[in-house]
Parts: sequence; C-alpha cells; structure tokens
Amino acid sequence: MAASSVISPSTFLCKSSSSKKDLGISSFPKSSQISIHRCQKKSISRKIVSVMAPQKDRSPGTTGSVKTGMTMTEKILARASEKSLVVPGDNIWVNVDVLMTHDVCGPGAFGIFKREFGEKAKVWDPEKIVVIPDHYIFTADKRANRNVDIMREHCREQNIKYFYDITDLGNFKANPDYKGVCHVALAQEGHCRPGEVLLGTDSHTCTAGAFGQFATGIGNTDAGFVLGTGKILLKVPPTMRFILDGEMPSYLQAKDLILQIIGEISVAGATYKTMEFSGTTIESLSMEERMTLCNMVVEAGGKNGVIPPDATTTNYVENRTSVPFEPVYSDGNASFVADYRFDVSKLEPVVAKPHSPDNRALARECKDVKIDRVYIGSCTGGKTEDFMAAAKLFHAAGRKVKVPTFLVPATQKVWMDVYALPVPGSGGKTCAQIFEEAGCDTPASPSCGACLGGPADTYARLNEPQVCVSTTNRNFPGRMGHKEGQIYLASPYTAAASALTGHVADPREFLQ
Amino acid sequence: MASSLPTLPQALPSSLTKTSSSLATFKSPFLRFNGSTSFIPCSISLTSRGTSSTTIIPRAAAAESDSNEALANTTFHGLCYVLKDNIDTDQIIPAGAACTFPSNQQERDEIAAHALSGLPDFHKQRFVEPGENRSKYSIIIGGENFGCGSSREHAPVCLGAAGAKAIVAESYARIFFRNSVATGEVFPLESEVRVCEECKTGDTVTIELSDSGGLLTNHTTGKTYKLKSIGDAGPVIDAGGIFSYARMMGMIPSLA
Repeated sequence: MAASSVISPSTFLCKSSSSKKDLGISSFPKSSQISIHRCQKKSISRKIVSVMAPQKDRSPGTTGSVKTGMTMTEKILARASEKSLVVPGDNIWVNVDVLMTHDVCGPGAFGIFKREFGEKAKVWDPEKIVVIPDHYIFTADKRANRNVDIMREHCREQNIKYFYDITDLGNFKANPDYKGVCHVALAQEGHCRPGEVLLGTDSHTCTAGAFGQFATGIGNTDAGFVLGTGKILLKVPPTMRFILDGEMPSYLQAKDLILQIIGEISVAGATYKTMEFSGTTIESLSMEERMTLCNMVVEAGGKNGVIPPDATTTNYVENRTSVPFEPVYSDGNASFVADYRFDVSKLEPVVAKPHSPDNRALARECKDVKIDRVYIGSCTGGKTEDFMAAAKLFHAAGRKVKVPTFLVPATQKVWMDVYALPVPGSGGKTCAQIFEEAGCDTPASPSCGACLGGPADTYARLNEPQVCVSTTNRNFPGRMGHKEGQIYLASPYTAAASALTGHVADPREFLQ
Repeated sequence: MASSLPTLPQALPSSLTKTSSSLATFKSPFLRFNGSTSFIPCSISLTSRGTSSTTIIPRAAAAESDSNEALANTTFHGLCYVLKDNIDTDQIIPAGAACTFPSNQQERDEIAAHALSGLPDFHKQRFVEPGENRSKYSIIIGGENFGCGSSREHAPVCLGAAGAKAIVAESYARIFFRNSVATGEVFPLESEVRVCEECKTGDTVTIELSDSGGLLTNHTTGKTYKLKSIGDAGPVIDAGGIFSYARMMGMIPSLA
C-alpha cells in the first residue's frame, strides 16, 4: 500500500491521466478520464502532486483466510443483497429500505407500477415509501396541481404512511403535513439512516449519502419496479476517494468544496462511480454541510456519494428516528479506483460560471461580472445553515443588497428556523430580521422553487436573460427559466456577498 | 442456434458479449414497444442463477425463425440531428414542460412538441418545428455525457415520442442511459470515436446493429463508424426489459 507523497507548490492535489508514465506507477487509477479533456474546454493543471497508488485486493491465499476488503458502498450493497462479498462490476438484486418520490415523477412511477403489477396490485411495503410533493407546488398550473392530487389518490389507496400532503396552496403554513424539498425533508423527518439503501425519483437523491448510506436517483420505470418488489437490479460501482484535510477557513463552505472537486474532475469525472468523502475536514462538517457536499455528486456524474458516519451523524439521526441502523465503514484494504487529496485550508471561494457546474473559477476573479439578482434556496443551498450563513454575512456587512435577492427556504422547518432562530453574533436577531434589514425579498413558500425554472408563474424564475448568482446545483442553459440566463453557482456566503456588491463577489470582502 | 444457452456468467462485459454472439441476431422487441414491456438499465448482465434458463430457449428459437424480422428491426435509417457534449435533461425537455406524464397519446404528443426545445437559440435548426410534434430527424448524434442532469424519464420519453429511434453518443450520463433502456423509447448507442464532429444535422445515416456491436453509415459523407456493443444491457433487453426479465428469473409472478 504505497503512498507516494510529493510535495508541490500547488495548493491542492490533482490527477492527470497523461502523467502516468512520469510517475512510474504501473497501474494507475483505472478511471483515467480522458473525458476530462473533452468535457472541459479549458486546460486543467497537469501537476501530479500526491497520488495514492490504488490498493489492490489480494486474492485469497491457499489458507483462504485472507479477507477481501470492501469500500463502504460495496459493504452496503453486499448486505442489501444478502451477499458476503461484492466487487465493482457485479450486478446484484438489492433490497431497498426507502423509496422516495415527489409530485413530478410520482404519478409516472405509480402508473408504471399499476401497468406492470395490475390495477389492484399493492406496493411492497407502505411504510418504506415516502411521497414528498415539492417541485411544482405554488403555481396555478393545472397539470402541476393535478400531480399532487394524483399522488394523494395513490397514497390513500395504498395506505402509504408518509405522504407530506399540501392542499391549501395559498398558505403553506395551513398544511400541517407539508414539508417541502424532498431531500431536506427526508433528512429532517428521520428517513436517512447509515447503512441503508435509499432510492428516489430525483437525481439529487445522492444527498442522503451524507448519512453513510447508499442513495441514488432512478427513473419512473425503475421506481415502478421497486414499488412492486422492493428490489432493484444494480451494478456495484467502483469508489473514488476524496480525502479533505485541514481546517475549514471561516469564509469557506461545503459548496465551495464540491464546486472545487467538480471543477477538478469535470461533469463526467465520476460517472458510474461512488464518490467517498473523508478526512479531518469532513469530520468537522455539520450534517447539513455534508448534505450539500453529497448533493452535487450527480453533477460530476457520480452514482452515489458517501461519508463515513460518526457521532455527528448518530446525534442527528437518533434525534429524528427510533428505527435501528447499523453503520458500515470502508475496510483498510479496500480498493479505490482513484484517490484525491485536498488541503482545505488553502482553498478559496469558488463559483461555477455559466453554463456548466464544472466551469470553476475563483470568486475573486469574477468581481467584474455585474449581476442582476441573487437566489438562495434549493436542496443544495436552502437549508437552515445556508440561511444562517447568508444572514451572518449580511449582518457583518451592515449594508443593503444592490440587487433583488430571493430567498426560498427548502422546507417548512427551515422557514420556521429563519424566523425563529437567533443568528450568532447578531445580538439575538433572526435571519428574517437581518434579511429584511438588508433589503432582501421576504422568504417565500418552501419548495424547489426556481432552481429548475418551473411553470411560468414560479416565484423568482429567470424570465429574462439576466445574470443570477445562485446557491442551487445546475447552471446549464435554461436551467432557471430563460435560455440565455446566466447562472453562477455559489455558496451562500458568496451569494450574499454578491448581493451586496451587485457583482460576483468573494465573501472575504465582508467576512475577514 | 439455440444450442448454446447463454451461460449467464457472473458479469464481465467481454464474456457476455461473446455469449450473446452465440444467440441469434440481436433480436430486440425494442422497437415494438407495447405497453407491457419495459426495459432495463444499462450495464446489467444476468447473474449465474440460471433458474428459468429454459425459457430463454424459446426466445432464441423465435429469434432464429424471425431473423429477417429481427434484422429489419435492428436497423435505423433517417436524418440525423447533431449535438455536442453535455446535453443536459433541461435542454432535452425544459423542466416546465415536464408536468405532463405520457399516460395517454395526447400528452405524449404534447411532450413531443417540446423535445430538445431547451437548446440555446444558436441551434438554428430546431429538432421539432414550432407548431409540430414530430421530428424529421430519427437519429440523434451526441458527444460526451449525453443526458446529464435530472433523473426525469421525460427526457428519453419526449425524444421517442417525437420520433427519434436511436441516439449515438460518445458517452452517457448514467440515469439517462438507464431510463432510455428502461422506457424503451430510444436506443442508446455508443460510438468509438467523436462522431458528432464528423456528421452534420440533416445528413442521412443508417445504423445497423448486430450482436458484436453496430455500424453507423453516413450516406452524405460516405463514412462508416463502428458502434460499441450494447453489452450488459443486451440480455435484459432481449428478455423484454426488467419486468419480463424478473418474471423470467422467477422474481416476480407473471401477469395474470
């Protein structure tokens, strides 16, 4: 298990497939993603700074007593498929612990379920399905409203235990069951547990990997199959390891870390693979920050993201559910298909420029980009801590925003926190008070909102070709509405700083 | 050629390819998408349980006798529409248009009208002309990471509903690939070279599939390109999709 460490002047470490020969490493990480050079139109640093040689599994000796190590993901899938050992590439039937769906994909998934299993068929387990309307909720679009009604019918008929319904669209607070953004609600309601398999009809289901479980997005047809059988056919993914060490600077957030990584490996850098995050920095992150990190794994093409559970995880989970769980951890001799190391203390706030999540740039290098608006919300950047961070920066600055600043709390709970929790260092003010003093828009009804554009009447939708700094997850053309809209993905700190200057701004202007 | 049962090995793509070549020509009911077949995801191979192996023989035999039909069904011909890298699902079907779900033909036609309408305006040639709901292009050619973004099946569905039969891309995002096969809407094929740089929208192309892979011929330029074998997805597509496959394996009961 040789690890060759070569110190370099570069602030972080990166891998390049072309330097294979230079290193003299006989077997280089298999994921030599030549696509990096295609997907990214700019050249990336080719310095190899430190690469850990992939650890090979040792084939069993004649005594048969040598154990093959497995990564966390392999262990979770092995257990879920009732096997003692799986290796990347294996196709296995996996038992599903939780299936989540929402208003956009739920009707389709249930439709397929009925078509295949019969009109009178029953779901495999009405307590393992969680239906969370969140995408197109606060709209007059009849089709969107219809979707929620259809889900209500299905849930009633199937006796689905967890259906976070909404009937009064005019006042979200009048709906006691309604939660909001599915990935945040899953965590807040205690549906995320270490070691389990969670599937969802949404690409950002990978968010739940923050809890040390296997969580990934699937389509309606796969979901229809799971509804009937509680199983899914999966291919075991190889794992790329990302070790983040060093003290997190006060102006940096998990969003900066994941944008850094995606900028490094490109939007297809982790296709079909697991992204496993560990290291001292990861250990210092809160659950919400870990969720932000895993949330954008799909933007690198990743199949799932995973973080080893620890006390932070168990504290969060045990406060929200009494369902027992059993965490797993990667073996010391597990095989990883790639290894990346980052010294977080040297990183700087970054943004993803239009029109790709891997179009990374330092925030401070974009300060001449004039912006038209700021959006703070979504599963990626609309959680309680995201708003606390923005409020903290606004308070430190003591100024008003220069552009319309839209705030969309992810869930009812987040909305309530924004109005109730005091922001540290502000003398007891709540986020809502600070936002009002800074001239932001009033926090809106919790949902996915304008992250994905949505029906024409969606709050904060980009209906003009404007420039928006956003805490959301994708910035492909048209993502938030208008095809010529320009979206800069950023952390809540960076978004808040940008709102104050009217340009893309580095949060250090206000936070040092 | 039903003599050799596909020996359902424990999954290596290469061995699986060899195995499937012992079957009759790649027969896929794929294009005859009827309501009861759905197809499954990428990169899946049969495990070595071999429980319902006997049921595979009739299918292979059927393929043999229908070989002409099978061949006819594994050829695509038409005009191609060329795109580059990272075409994400919001460009394929803008999220606002994804409120529909194709439970009926009318909604399929609606979603078809929006196929690839999210592409930026510099794509002068639209995939579907305004006011219409069918495309004159039956083959889409793409670059890397086709279909990245959302897990919404509306993406492959709208392309199929608009009349696209197959996509030839350098690589796919995993959920889109999985959904394409699962829905049976478009056949996701992989090229070995960067075909998107050598073809132009409006070129006439033919795709011929065989068990060992496929061939893309651009009649306008006269060039041909090898396509990668469908590999692991092959046997499951052959079984008729995840539901049929699971029934075949005895995992779920047959429909009454």
